[in-house]
Amino acid sequence: MAFINFLKPKNQLEEGGRTAAPVHEDAGEPEKTCPNCHKPIPLSRLWANHLVCPCGYHFRMNARQRLAFIADKDSFQELFPQLRGGDPLQFPGYTAKLETVRSVSGETEAVICGTAALDGQKCCLFVMDPYFMMGSMGTAVGEKITRLFEYAAERRLPVIGFTVSGGARMQEGLLSLMQMAKTSAAVKRHSDAGLLYIAVLTDPTTGGVTASFAMEADILLAEPGATIGFAGARVVEQTTKKALPKGFQSAEFVLSHGFVDSLIPREGQKQTLSEILRLHQGGTT
Amino acid sequence: MSQTPYLLVKQARGSSRPTGLDYITNLFQGFLEFHGDRRYGDDPAVVGGVAWLGGSPVTVIAIEKGHTAKERSARNFGAPNPEGYRKALRLMKQAEKFGRPVICIIDTSGACCGIGAEERGQGQAIAENLMEMSTLCVPVISLLIGEGGSGGALALAVADRVWMLENAVYSVISPEGCASILWKDAAKAEEAAASLKLTAQDALGLGVVDRVLSEADLGRQPFYQRLRGMLRQELQILAADPDLVSKRYSRYRRMGTETLRG
Repeated sequence: MAFINFLKPKNQLEEGGRTAAPVHEDAGEPEKTCPNCHKPIPLSRLWANHLVCPCGYHFRMNARQRLAFIADKDSFQELFPQLRGGDPLQFPGYTAKLETVRSVSGETEAVICGTAALDGQKCCLFVMDPYFMMGSMGTAVGEKITRLFEYAAERRLPVIGFTVSGGARMQEGLLSLMQMAKTSAAVKRHSDAGLLYIAVLTDPTTGGVTASFAMEADILLAEPGATIGFAGARVVEQTTKKALPKGFQSAEFVLSHGFVDSLIPREGQKQTLSEILRLHQGGTT
Repeated sequence: MSQTPYLLVKQARGSSRPTGLDYITNLFQGFLEFHGDRRYGDDPAVVGGVAWLGGSPVTVIAIEKGHTAKERSARNFGAPNPEGYRKALRLMKQAEKFGRPVICIIDTSGACCGIGAEERGQGQAIAENLMEMSTLCVPVISLLIGEGGSGGALALAVADRVWMLENAVYSVISPEGCASILWKDAAKAEEAAASLKLTAQDALGLGVVDRVLSEADLGRQPFYQRLRGMLRQELQILAADPDLVSKRYSRYRRMGTETLRG
């Protein structure tokens, strides 16, 4: 339960996303090699395909990219944008790390919350960011998720959440751990009010986020190929000293063991979510 | 404090401290063990059932590590599988149905990191406990008696009162895990243990636990007698509280909010 790959260097893909540089079909165009099919793909093609390789591999998306992809144009209204955590344990190096991540990412925390419309249907939306300390959950992330579910319960709105997380943020120690209980209690209240919560688990969803609000949705969807699990695969391998089964902790593996409802490729993702919202609005008779 | 946090972690892992079953045997009378999660199996790392606390029936759930090497192996070293958490939840729901309070006794390095545990939804099992315990309509008291390892401990510690023994530890990650991830050096566990603020006094200061229990006479009758008295007194207070569930929500709702801005 921890985040991994802290502040890994921005790859070309992410740079491309942030600058949205005009892309040309010339030989000098930046390419990205797909970790699945190992073929180079021009970035322009990837962007046009919502960061999905023609082979089906789903690259990670930052939270703003995902928001733009999923919400109706201009419908997203951010909630609690300024909410940020401090350094409650005075953990060595944490304040400096947070400052760096904030200035590099332009975000204040690892989750963005707000209201949005999907094909005109209003909902609350949270999107976690793999590029902000690997979406790890500290006190601010826990508070934002909790407030969103409380907000949604008060206004009787469904919640759609995109999860990506290395788990609880260890630099905030026990207080991070407690966010698992806090968010779960807020999800429960929202659920007990008869309201809908859809989670879309994206790569990777692990540790304390898997063991709390990610797995607590009424409808659990996952992007193909996403790593979804509680303990890290390496930890499991070291602990058990056994070879891991093929595809261990992949979305497909989790689906086959009965822990998600369906896989939901990015292509058509919005339509599926929108349809699920519509199915929960009661129909006409 | 006379001992370093890392020393406390090592001691909490040792086999000399009383284990969950020692507490069950000595705190309660007439313990009847109930096995199984009714879904998959029976997890020997989690022991649960009903017993008498003074004149009142209670549901008791404990994570058991065992003392000897053989016992430890049989109990999976106190690392529960999903079925352990599901058994615990089943017994808590049973307690709710029959109006019995729940006492959880926690001592684990963490939830089992196994292939089967992942296949059977370790994360889902813990998540469900967190969610369901938050609205359980009967009093819940959790005791952290040794190791409080992350989500695997929290899955039995969403309670109205969380008490911790003075030399127990409670942490989001093991010091070794933290050191190897953050500093790529498991040898810095000593430093990590201090930074993680995982002692009972730290947890009290952070508002994560409500009471630190003295270990005077630990494992001997005066210790159990004292603890029994405290549990009975607290359960009386909780049982009389009409706002139990909303207060439990508030207890967790405020955690970590003090240092937030914006």
